[in-house]
Order: sequence, then structure tokens, then C-alpha cells
Amino acid sequence: MKTVYVDNNATSRIAPEVLDAMMPYLTERYGNPSSMHSFGGTVGLDIKDARTKVAALIGAAPDEIVFTSCGSESDSTAIWAALNSYPNKKHIVTTRVEHPAVKNLCETLTKRGYRVTFVRVDGEGRLDIDQLKRHLSNDTALVSVMWANNETGVIFPIREIAELVRDKGIVFHTDAVQVAGKIPVDVKADGVDMLSMSGHKIHAPKGVGVLYVRKGTKFSPFLIGGHQEHGRRGGTENVASIIGLGKACELARKQFTKDMVRVKQLRDKLESVLLEKVPHAFVNGDRENRLPNTTSIAFEYVEGESILLMLNEYGICASSGSACTSGSLEPSHVLRAMGVPFTAAHGSIRFSLSTYNTEEDIDFIIEKMPPIIERLRSMSPYWKKAAAALEV
Amino acid sequence: MWEYTDKVKDHFLNPRNVGVIEDPDGLGEVGSLACGDALKLMFKLDASGHIEDVKFQTFGCASAIASSSALTEMIKGLTLEEAAKITNEDIARYLGDLPKEKMHCSVMGRDALEKAIAYYRGEPDKKVEGEIVCECFGVTDREIERAVRENHLRTIEDVTSYVKAGGGCENCHDRIQEIIDSILGTERPAAKKPAKLSNIQKIKLIEETLEREIKPALQKDGGGIELVDVDGNTVMVRLCGTCSACNASQVTLKNYVETKLQELVTPELVVEEVA
Repeated sequence: MKTVYVDNNATSRIAPEVLDAMMPYLTERYGNPSSMHSFGGTVGLDIKDARTKVAALIGAAPDEIVFTSCGSESDSTAIWAALNSYPNKKHIVTTRVEHPAVKNLCETLTKRGYRVTFVRVDGEGRLDIDQLKRHLSNDTALVSVMWANNETGVIFPIREIAELVRDKGIVFHTDAVQVAGKIPVDVKADGVDMLSMSGHKIHAPKGVGVLYVRKGTKFSPFLIGGHQEHGRRGGTENVASIIGLGKACELARKQFTKDMVRVKQLRDKLESVLLEKVPHAFVNGDRENRLPNTTSIAFEYVEGESILLMLNEYGICASSGSACTSGSLEPSHVLRAMGVPFTAAHGSIRFSLSTYNTEEDIDFIIEKMPPIIERLRSMSPYWKKAAAALEV
Repeated sequence: MWEYTDKVKDHFLNPRNVGVIEDPDGLGEVGSLACGDALKLMFKLDASGHIEDVKFQTFGCASAIASSSALTEMIKGLTLEEAAKITNEDIARYLGDLPKEKMHCSVMGRDALEKAIAYYRGEPDKKVEGEIVCECFGVTDREIERAVRENHLRTIEDVTSYVKAGGGCENCHDRIQEIIDSILGTERPAAKKPAKLSNIQKIKLIEETLEREIKPALQKDGGGIELVDVDGNTVMVRLCGTCSACNASQVTLKNYVETKLQELVTPELVVEEVA
């Protein structure tokens, strides 16, 4: 069975060019980049080259790039670096819709003597900038706001927020894991102090991430050890993955970001046709300011896990904001923060596309999805009444 | 990904007996849209008192649909006395087992069957018995006690897996623990407040404390208080009634309202009055 993969905000396939670039470092070029001998030392030079490519994608200088093991490590490093650099400040501002990498750490910090303001979003998932502004104070060590939401794709106005925050001399971190490689990022113009990226969301392998740290930002390492990454992150480099990430960033800059115009057309087609064919369905989140590859659609009166498993029968891979898929009993914190009614949140499905999706993929989903919803609704004790109300 | 057995997948993808029986002899409805799953079970008896036809409608995940389908197959042809003996364990066993987190789907099947039988016999609704413990999912102490006894549950997590209780705001975790302890016959040291509160839990607890503790006290003096917003650990309130004009209102706010909230919710809270 063919796999139709539309779950790219969860993870993405390794680009063939990326794998090719990595292979030598998994076979004959196994030297340690810190070595004095050229067998290892030249690997160090190749890492330098990868660093330049990553920096170029986001408008940074190469020495502002720190390689980590994943997006979560980048987020943790940024948050702890800011808190440790300003030990007298005990306040953090973040949002209610962050990825667990930021959200759960901030919740933990509330038990360790920090105050955290979780800024709210409206029904469209847009951030309440006024609330954020009101809570900035002399006690605020850090503002951490995701650039775009992983579930809905809603993009926050990072440049505007960065300006507000940096005016007050507060460190500004953004989790850009879903953004890099999808929309243009220019850390200098956008004014962020620290920015997190993840390799496996942009066609590099799992197990490698990036933290951009603006020159002049106070910093302390999270993983203390050797002198690697200029003392900003101990541990022997994950060479092959770093080389792969460099290649992926180069591809993103030269091809993928441009291809997002086509990806967006596919996303828009998927979304508009599904909404047209399926009654009682709506898009979660602001459709204007949104990643080009993401759509979260709520199908009322059906449950997400059932939809996903029926899609799975056709090889279609998507994900859901439903409770049942996560093992928890409540639907996603993002949809709840937006005030999406439980009845719709339980039936929300996220499709996230990539450069590898084709028109055929979209047509296939458009063909399979409506009968699945219809079938599940025909089984539901609520549907007849809802359908009757629709007729009126 | 859940590790569903082939039998669960089969009953999910090819559910048996989906539909409606007009004018059924037995009818049981459990669950709700908000809870994430619901089951409507209907049956018709033949002249000899055996279940002749049975149909269901389910809103829910794969295991909810599979449990409903399995239940209908299991009870077809049985007398009501025989059907009444079916437990949630039987449903899970029929399906070759369910992931533990999904056991509440089999309990939902059993509950719907009981309701349908009670409907036929003209018995009052059993569900209203007992006191609601979990407000998020409307689960009573009796239901929790029964699940603990019948399935030998030992932890709050177990209880959540079987009857959903405690799976929302978690405010009822102490009470669930008490029920487990009383059944297992082991007393534990005084229950403490949950160590970590999520933002939603905190807001809920603040609301409850205001309603239960603070409002009644202020009302005695003809005053009132309204929760406007909670932002991090800042609780924004509006005073009304006599409180709004009272010179001592700031004292009330800091010495009574804030202290009470700090004591019952979390010590970090700060109360602010907004116009």
C-alpha cells in the first residue's frame, strides 16, 4: 500500500540529498572533529561548513549557531540560559499554546520559585499582545513565544513581539521548530535573541537541533562538558546528523521555501474541498496568518482517533487533537486554549504537508475522507439530530 | 499508536449491528459528546424472553466502537438474566483484551447494557445513585467503588482508565484515593494537595474556592466578589455589593481573600482588584 504522508509537523522524511551527504560520516569518515590529526580535523571543517549553511537559512552568523540534540534541548537550553544569566529575575512570559518542550518546563519552573505568565489566545489562536505587554516588568527574565503553532499553524507576529520585549531589555526566545524552512526567517531583522530549530522537521534526521544565540546574549550551557560548540554545549558532535542538517538547510534555502507556494496551493485545495464536501466542519485557527503547509480541521460529531485509524487503512498518515489518541482524556491544550468546543476538538484532524506531497496525494485524501466522516457519523447517536438541524 | 488486537480492529472496521430499533424493549444511553464517547444500545426480545435483535450507535474512538459491536454480538440470543451477568472484563476478553487506558470503553458497554435492562424492567435510573466525585466526567463514588472492587484497581490512574474519573482537572484525586484506600483497607497519611497544578486546574480551583469558601463569607456582610481573570499567579477580581464601597475592602482582599486562596490553591497567588 502506498503511504500518503501528511504529518510533516510531527516529523518529515530525510531528503535523499541529505542522506547522501551523511553517508560518508557514518562509514569511512568517522574521525572526531576535535582531533589534531587531519583524519578527524577535516571532519571539523565539514561541521564548520554545515554551520555556515544553517546560519544562512536564518540570517545568522555561523558562530551564533549551537548544535543540540533536538528542539526540546534547544528550548530548555534557551530558557535556563536566560534564567541563570539573570538570577535576580523570577518571572517568565510565555503562551498558553506552546509546545510541551516549553510549556511543561515553564509549569515545572512555577514550582521552583518562578512566576510564569501564560499569555492567552483568542478563538482564532491569535496571541493577546496587550496582555503580553502588560506583564513585562523589571522582574521578567525571559519571554518565550513560539513562532508558529504546531497544531494549527497559526503564526505569531514575532517581529512586533521582539520589539516590545527588547525595548525593555528582556531576553526574547522563540521556538521556530515549525517555521524554519517553511517561511523566511531573518533573525537580525526579526530581532530575536535566541531561536530553536529541529532537524527532523525539515528533512534532516531525528536527533539534531539548533539553538541560535545572538552575539552578545548572556549565555550559560545546559549540557556542561567539553569545549565543543565553543563551550556552549558539551558532548562529541553528532557529526552525520549535523552534516545532514547543513544540507537540509541549504535545500530549504534554495528549494523548499520557494516550493511552499505550491505546497500552500495543495493545502488550500485540500482544505476548501473538504469543507465543501463535508458539512459541520471548520478550520481551527486564523486562516490569514498561518504556515503554508498546515491545516487543522474540526469534524463535528465524530472522534479523531476513529478518523485516523480509518485513514490509516488507506495508508494516509495524519494526526489529531483528540484526547483518545494521546491516552489523556482531554483534547489538546491548544484547541482548548482557543475555546474550540469539546464536541469539535475531539474530532479535529491536522494535515501537515511537505515539499514531497503531490496533487495525487491531495486528490486521494479528498476522495477518501468524506466517506469516512459520513460512515462514522452514521454510527453516531448524535448525527441524525445534527443533520436535521442543518436541513432547517 | 494503540496496540489493538486484530479482533478490536475487525469490530471497529466492520462493526456488527449498527443502527436503530424503532420502539425497542430495552434502551440504554451513556456518555456524552463532551466526554468524547457515547453509546446508545437498543434491544428487542422474542416471545420466550431472549434478546432477538440488538442495535447500537456509538460516538467515540476505535475501542469504543469495537466494544459496542462486541457487546451486541455477545448478548444476542441471551435472556436478560444471562445478559445481566456480562461484565466489562467479559467484553475486553471477547476482544482479546484492550489497552488499559481504553478499559473505560468496555465499562461504557456494560453500563449501557445495565441501563437498557433497567429500562425494560421499568427500574429507576441507577446512575443517579451516589455522589458525584469527578465533576469533569460526572462519575459518582458508587461507580468508582464498583470499578475498584470488580477490577481490583489499585491506583488513581487505574480508576481513570476504567471509569474516566480523575482524568480532567484532577481536583478529585484525593477523594478517589480515599475510595481506593477504604476498599483496599489501607489507610494512608492525610491526603495532600496535588503537587502540581496546571493553569486550567489552578483556575478551576480558584473558581471553586471563591464559590465555596469566599463568596458565602462575603455575602454575610452583603458583599460579593467576581472572578475577572487569572493570569499566571495573579487573580483579578471585582468586588461588588457593599464590598465595593467599603473602606476596609482592601484589607478584606489581602487579609481574607488572598490568604484563603493561598491556603487552598497555591501559596504563590496574588489577588488584585480591577474596576
